[in-house]
Amino acid sequence: MKEYQTITEISGPLVFAEVDEPVGYDEIVEIETADGEVRRGQVLDSSSGTVAIQTFEGTGGIDRKSSVRFLGETMKMPVTEDLLGRVLDGSGNPIDDGPDIVPDERRDIVGAAINPYSREYPEEFIQTGVSAIDGMNTLVRGQKLPIFSGSGLPHNDLALQIARQATVPEDAGEDEEESEFAVIFGAMGITAEEANEFMDDFERTGALERSVVFMNLADDPAVERTVTPRLALTTAEYLAFDKGYHVLVILTDMTNYCEALREIGAAREEVPGRRGYPGYMYTDLASLYERAGRIKGEDGSVTQIPILTMPSDDITHPIPDLTGYITEGQIMVDRDLNSQGVQPPVNVLPSLSRLMDDGIGEGLTRGDHGGVSDQIYAAYAEGEDLRDLVNIVGREALSERDNKYLDFADRFEEEFVQQGYNTNRDIDETLNVGWDLLSMLPKDELNRVDEENIEQYYTEDESVEVTADD
Amino acid sequence: MSKATESDVREDGIIESVSGPVVTAVDLEARMNDVVYVGNEGLMGEVIEIEGNLTTIQVYEETSGVAPGEPVESTGAPLSVDLGPGMLDSIYDGVQRPLDVLEEKMNSAFLDRGVDAPGIDLEKTWDFTPEVEEGDEVGNGDIVGSVPETPSIDHKVMVPPGTLDEDETAAVVSVESGEFNVEQTVAELETGDEIQMRQEWPVREARPTEEKQTPTEPLTSGQRILDGLFPLAKGGTAAIPGPFGSGKTVAQQSLAKFADADIVVYIGCGERGNEMTEVIDDFPDLPDPQTGNALMARTCLIANTSNMPVAARESCVYTGITIAEHYRDMGYDVALMADSTSRWAEAMREISSRLEEMPGEEGYPAYLAARLSEFYERAGYFENINGTEGSVSAIGAVSPPGGDFSEPVTQNTLRIVKTFWALDADLAERRHFPAINWDESYSLYRDQLDPWFVENVAEDWPEQRQWAIDVLDEEGELQEIVQLVGKDALPEDQQLTLEVARFLKEAWLQQNALHDVDRYCPPEKTYEMLGAIKMFNDEAFDALEAGVPVEEITDVDSLPRLNRIGTTPDDEAEEFVEELEADITEELRALY
Ligand SMILES: Nc1ncnc2c1ncn2[C@@H]1O[C@H](COP(=O)(O)OP(=O)(O)OP(=O)(O)O)[C@@H](O)[C@H]1O
Ligand SMILES: [Mg+2]
Repeated sequence: MKEYQTITEISGPLVFAEVDEPVGYDEIVEIETADGEVRRGQVLDSSSGTVAIQTFEGTGGIDRKSSVRFLGETMKMPVTEDLLGRVLDGSGNPIDDGPDIVPDERRDIVGAAINPYSREYPEEFIQTGVSAIDGMNTLVRGQKLPIFSGSGLPHNDLALQIARQATVPEDAGEDEEESEFAVIFGAMGITAEEANEFMDDFERTGALERSVVFMNLADDPAVERTVTPRLALTTAEYLAFDKGYHVLVILTDMTNYCEALREIGAAREEVPGRRGYPGYMYTDLASLYERAGRIKGEDGSVTQIPILTMPSDDITHPIPDLTGYITEGQIMVDRDLNSQGVQPPVNVLPSLSRLMDDGIGEGLTRGDHGGVSDQIYAAYAEGEDLRDLVNIVGREALSERDNKYLDFADRFEEEFVQQGYNTNRDIDETLNVGWDLLSMLPKDELNRVDEENIEQYYTEDESVEVTADD
Repeated sequence: MSKATESDVREDGIIESVSGPVVTAVDLEARMNDVVYVGNEGLMGEVIEIEGNLTTIQVYEETSGVAPGEPVESTGAPLSVDLGPGMLDSIYDGVQRPLDVLEEKMNSAFLDRGVDAPGIDLEKTWDFTPEVEEGDEVGNGDIVGSVPETPSIDHKVMVPPGTLDEDETAAVVSVESGEFNVEQTVAELETGDEIQMRQEWPVREARPTEEKQTPTEPLTSGQRILDGLFPLAKGGTAAIPGPFGSGKTVAQQSLAKFADADIVVYIGCGERGNEMTEVIDDFPDLPDPQTGNALMARTCLIANTSNMPVAARESCVYTGITIAEHYRDMGYDVALMADSTSRWAEAMREISSRLEEMPGEEGYPAYLAARLSEFYERAGYFENINGTEGSVSAIGAVSPPGGDFSEPVTQNTLRIVKTFWALDADLAERRHFPAINWDESYSLYRDQLDPWFVENVAEDWPEQRQWAIDVLDEEGELQEIVQLVGKDALPEDQQLTLEVARFLKEAWLQQNALHDVDRYCPPEKTYEMLGAIKMFNDEAFDALEAGVPVEEITDVDSLPRLNRIGTTPDDEAEEFVEELEADITEELRALY
């Protein structure tokens, strides 16, 4: 291994150096400062003669006299089952005073793409115990389903609730042991306070034992954030496809990850894409999100719940936009519902789970699931629309039918979505609450539910009570 | 992909620099678009720029660890596909490597690098039946025989274009039936040319045709809103733009399943792995509505998922359309779907920016519009050079950032395509699927296809469609008033129009792609359903005129059954509709 003292330029997170031997693209670099501190980085651009290096821990303290060593390999994550229960920093070094990690293997963190031919289509229902998800936007094993939120909203509470409660109901899973998830938690630039919230909950519930935590906090180097999720996902893939675990990966906050990408792009003076984010951000995000799934013949699975805060709550902002184009749906946390005190404040209308349809129904959840969910969507959307109108013309100007839909929308939020962060509803309970609400509407309005389901679940008298105008 | 082989490989270049998918090399003797093998692992790439002694290459595989100084070899041939039997029922990556073969060769579920495989099985033998005799004169493109490629499709073996001079013919000196593999000679011409089942074609070059014709036949889709309001022609072009989650992929997949094409080429361009898996899982079991055989027997899949190398994303649409053209040359109607063309455009943008080309609008290269139109120009209804007629219909999904249609890819696409299916986030949010906005969408083929519908479905097809459009238009206007004053403030006849429109939207335009019956609606049923709603409309207005209040009209018991026609099996639908029409009529007339 050759050492160079040939740094020519330092700019933001980038270091340029001259070399007289070929250096591989993406190769890992160590830069040692005059006072002996070692920083790690990665080759971004390699030409004969010069390389551009992106440093993970910032360039502060690096000068032209610092030495540069090329390790001759791309970045690796040491993986072993013993990682479960451990807390690591954003670069994968233990920070929990535990024993040294003896790796089984060192894996390239830029994971290879799963051959689409080798994938198994995800269709095993995960019960999160949250009605707005299970009933309306069902999650399945191997799905990537992000939480779209805004700053100051309780997305962490929701994520924790999911991590705590997620199981695959026993008769749906192959055997009982498999029903619990190993949790990989990758934090990127979150505050120490948020981090504590997660850690406390993990410790309190005993979840830590089956978790691996990667922590890059707000005051840790920004560029490191581009590595953290890759370490987390490499670990997840190892546990899932080598060790047979069902792994739930929570990545938060993807917005900070994207900011780090933008910072590197700017430092490289790249032509920026929309709002200054790199033009390749879609591809880059896909290289993370697509590392979810199932593989034919393998027992384990990787399910991803990335969390992102939408800048100014704007869903068309490039970060949520590009994410939504890659993930298999999204769960929307809503500011208005939050201020109404709905817990969790999930707005189901713009939420979506694209893998829901194959994971629900007879034998999986319940035969009426699809119909109930479609009908509730339609009814809630109609009620929502009428709310605008009622502000203008008042309730009296509306027909009896319209008033029912208004009542429906209110009760849907108060009874179906609202449940608190500590209530774990099984799928039957969720669907039954759904029927309670649907029974407010006249039977022949229920055109999305099969007639036999109406027979079985619709309760007649309910509709009389609620039409009483007040 | 064919270039794994032959054309005396020379080791002639040295890598100068590596930056993501873009590599430069010095001392490489290669022409533009030649395929090269890069680095010690021999990663596949294509020459995209030559400047003096410096050659720029886009690499179709991950370049981590590749270093300057490593060798580059040129194959001396442009990026080509292998054309021949075995393409159907296959799934390829963006440069036509079969993904099942790669899985086997790599012995892993993850895609490794530096592994190549021919696009069609070179060993497999096919049962060849000649369609010419010794002594027959044949020219370029002429069919010399065929092999049963799948239960649905006979693969025609043709004289490769370019074998003879244009307009030249040559006598067949020998031709034999029997079992052959794709590289064995099945016919020989007097010129000494030997014809095999396999031919190669450079993907960036359109295969020659005799003449482009005006399409007059619809590509029926089994989707009510498409066949009914915005039909696509065989040989036509269409764009489906829409924000994420609005239903582009579901629409493309429905077309791939139910369009009355002979051949379907489905390109997953920079989208999700699971969506391709879903197709691979579903298509072998689903019946083709035309032949009853498995859908896979008419389908060729090309998958460059979003995490696969970006350069291969740029090439996958060309791989797809070249395969489509080959089947067109046999006289088939081919439907090609590309989901999503935006990812293709972004791949162009990424490569272009690595080349430090002058960016055009929103960073896209200045040649974006030209590339898009070249691509869609390869679609069309053609007279082929062998005298047969065939078509390629191209349907591209577009994924505009933020769902904003004013961006360059959507706009440049709309300038070219003749059918526009605009997906709408609002409709999708209220689960009105397909979320195709009926105000914004259009089909410029409508008039030229009407004669076909009149002849094959119903004489008053155009009139009935116009009626539906008028009601929907009126509803749009009325809704604006309703938003201000509420529905009850409208006069009764307008309230009734709103009710009729509600049935048009909920019972007719909405179609559940996930329902076993509703997902496919033959044009006849589309017509009958519309007829039932129109009949209700006519009867209801008669009743209204006779003084029956609107609430009573819309309250008749049989009405909700209008919403159930879609899910009624096709063979029962006619009877169901007849009965329903009779009931509605009877109930309404009983009111006055
Ligand atoms: N015709 C339909 N019937 C029933 N559901 C539909 C229909 N069209 C779309 N959907 C629903 O909408 C969801 C999203 O559709 P789809 O995946 O096609 O969106 P998309 O436009 O391709 O999004 P993206 O750009 O992110 O790929 C589907 O998972 C399905 O639940
Ligand atoms: Mg899609």
